Amino acid sequence: MSPASRGDGPRVALFATCFNDTMWPGTPKATVRLLERLGCRVEFPLQQTCCGQMLTNTGYAAEAVPLVRRFVEVFGDYDHVVAPSGSCVGSVREQHPMIAKDDAVLSSRVAEVAPRVLELSEFLVDVLGVTDVGAYFPHRVTYHPTCHSLRMIRVADRPLQLLRAVRGIDLVELAGAEECCGFGGTFAMKNADVSIAMGSDKARNVLDTGAEVLVAGDNSCLAHIGGILGRQRSGVRTMHLAEILASTEEHPA
Amino acid sequence: MSPDPAHDRTVGRGAGQAAYPPVQVTSPTFVGMPKFPKAARAELANAQQRRNLRHATHTIRDKRAHVVAEVDDWEALRVKGADAKDEALTHLADYLERLEESLTANGAVVHWARDAAEANRIVVDIVRAKEVDEVVKVKSMVTQEIELNEALEAAGVSAWETDLAELIVQLGHDRPSHILVPAIHRNRKEIRDIFLREMGAVGRPAPDDLTDDPARLAEAARLHLREKFLRAKVGISGANFAVADSGTLVVVESEGNGRMCLTLPETLISVVGIEKVLPTWDDLTTMLQLLPRSSTGERMNPYTTMWTGVHEGDGPQEVHVVLLDNGRSHVLADRVGRQALRCIRCSACLNVCPVYERTGGHAYGSVYPGPIGAVLNPQLRGTTSDIDRSLPYASSLCGACFDACPVRINIPELLVELRGKVVEESGPTPESTAMKAAAWVLSDPRRLATAQKAATIAGRLAGGRTIRSVPGLGAWTNARDLPTPPRETFRQWWVREHGNEDA
Repeated sequence: MSPASRGDGPRVALFATCFNDTMWPGTPKATVRLLERLGCRVEFPLQQTCCGQMLTNTGYAAEAVPLVRRFVEVFGDYDHVVAPSGSCVGSVREQHPMIAKDDAVLSSRVAEVAPRVLELSEFLVDVLGVTDVGAYFPHRVTYHPTCHSLRMIRVADRPLQLLRAVRGIDLVELAGAEECCGFGGTFAMKNADVSIAMGSDKARNVLDTGAEVLVAGDNSCLAHIGGILGRQRSGVRTMHLAEILASTEEHPA
Repeated sequence: MSPDPAHDRTVGRGAGQAAYPPVQVTSPTFVGMPKFPKAARAELANAQQRRNLRHATHTIRDKRAHVVAEVDDWEALRVKGADAKDEALTHLADYLERLEESLTANGAVVHWARDAAEANRIVVDIVRAKEVDEVVKVKSMVTQEIELNEALEAAGVSAWETDLAELIVQLGHDRPSHILVPAIHRNRKEIRDIFLREMGAVGRPAPDDLTDDPARLAEAARLHLREKFLRAKVGISGANFAVADSGTLVVVESEGNGRMCLTLPETLISVVGIEKVLPTWDDLTTMLQLLPRSSTGERMNPYTTMWTGVHEGDGPQEVHVVLLDNGRSHVLADRVGRQALRCIRCSACLNVCPVYERTGGHAYGSVYPGPIGAVLNPQLRGTTSDIDRSLPYASSLCGACFDACPVRINIPELLVELRGKVVEESGPTPESTAMKAAAWVLSDPRRLATAQKAATIAGRLAGGRTIRSVPGLGAWTNARDLPTPPRETFRQWWVREHGNEDA
């Protein structure tokens, strides 16, 4: 067991996700800061790796079986597992049961563990019961609901409830918000032209809002939209929801 | 679903199956079709089509959302629809025999066709026996699927499409690009040009002063078609539903051309996919609420024609029904894949699909485009061709199709399942090697930490610079900057801050 962080609130295992761990450590760091600020005891089980979504969605579900097994072993003892990614939570809750279906033991473990794995906004609103997390972020922001958070795990307007309560924020609506940005994992590479056509439309809608920051609950989608916005030298910055919610007057993001 | 739908009872009719592959033979029209990403690239550059599609899909999308929202419990209706189709599919052989009995008892002649060639031969033989050189057609996906028009043409019979959009496609020597709106890729001006150029060669010409006013275009089509309706001795249709307990076939449509074809000719031939069967008449109450709302975004479609066999002195006096398999048994045998057979061809999934919206239907290399095509074609035709192998990947898995589907076909789940099949059949490839290596790295935190070091080294090298190109990652960096890797992973930070007791 990793050492517990301070706080009297619930004990929470952070599932950082492999992409965040490797490419965007600022997001899980912000998640830790935020959850500790709200009184949670955050643990990061070091044996965690990856949910296997990339393998599953590319057609290699069989290769993902050891990852599913590892996931239930690492997180099986926690009442609350929180991840700053709608997509990876979707993979755990919706795809792990499918991957484990031929193994009765693993299948029943998945059925126990998977429902306890929550996306950050679900945990904040549903478990902690907060929408005002004491954040401060005085910028013009627009929110893109990622497909898996919207249509797979159905976080609905929880992220927006949280964002609306941020002090100083100028939250503006994104046209065509519910349309896919075109990332889609390996789709971004295998069907790069269509992916970019979709991403360009999303980027145009973002620019039309006049926002300086695009926020979402998945860094992978943000890397795609942000990659296009960056190539256009648009000057729009992408940020994960956790980073805005972790931002305070004392420690601004 | 029960574990054993007795599908082999339908497939097994007649001679041994060895000569008949379980899947369709891909028609000559689509043989050699490039894989989806390549076909899509060309379509993406068609500015006129992009504009037409965006306008049309968003219009229908909004209409659908509006009429679906006004139903008290749409979700319950979806479940009911899915259940009715599942009941039919689970006991398909039984319901098909029931349908055959009901149809026969009401004076229809039932034919069974294992594949496109058999179905076409049956239809051509009936038409030949009538000694006619033309037939009128109701819009029908299944006759597109089997390329019946081409088979009739080869037999010296002209098949006149009477649905306005199908007429536009036929006159334009074109291919349909949408299930419901086959000429969705054409705009008014293009349609006017096609009418002026082509109508005269096959019947009453369009007036010289034809404009691109929709009313004028519809009037030209009406006059062109009218003489064909009045002359034709044989009508050909598909069916939206085939009710087993009553022997009733149902066609829903908007223009009334279908009603003409189904009532005026002396002989009516309907080609019906075996998955169209519904157990009972009552099931129509569910389906007729689901289909128009999902399809045209209307509460009810303007024309619904139902016919049960032959009625003396009323309508066609000779009624044939060709029940077609053409790969459907193969789909039914797959526990996950069989849900695709619930499809009622409403095209809601096409209208909400962000990929379809940009590429249009032709890139899918089939009469069934869009999300449903991406799961249906590789199952009906197998995955031996470039296009069929690429279709399960022609999706960002955004899930809009599943949400829109009136019979709850989990298209994203099916796409992922089919990707697994494609991988399995492809054997070792550079991708499979890379994925297996990734799985090896990701299955152990120490290996992952080692691999992450490479990323942090790249991050240190990049410093604050933006990464605009990386050899081998052109598919990403051609139009997108790459995120700059960090100097320290989260894992390293945590251990630095909290120690590594867990490691």
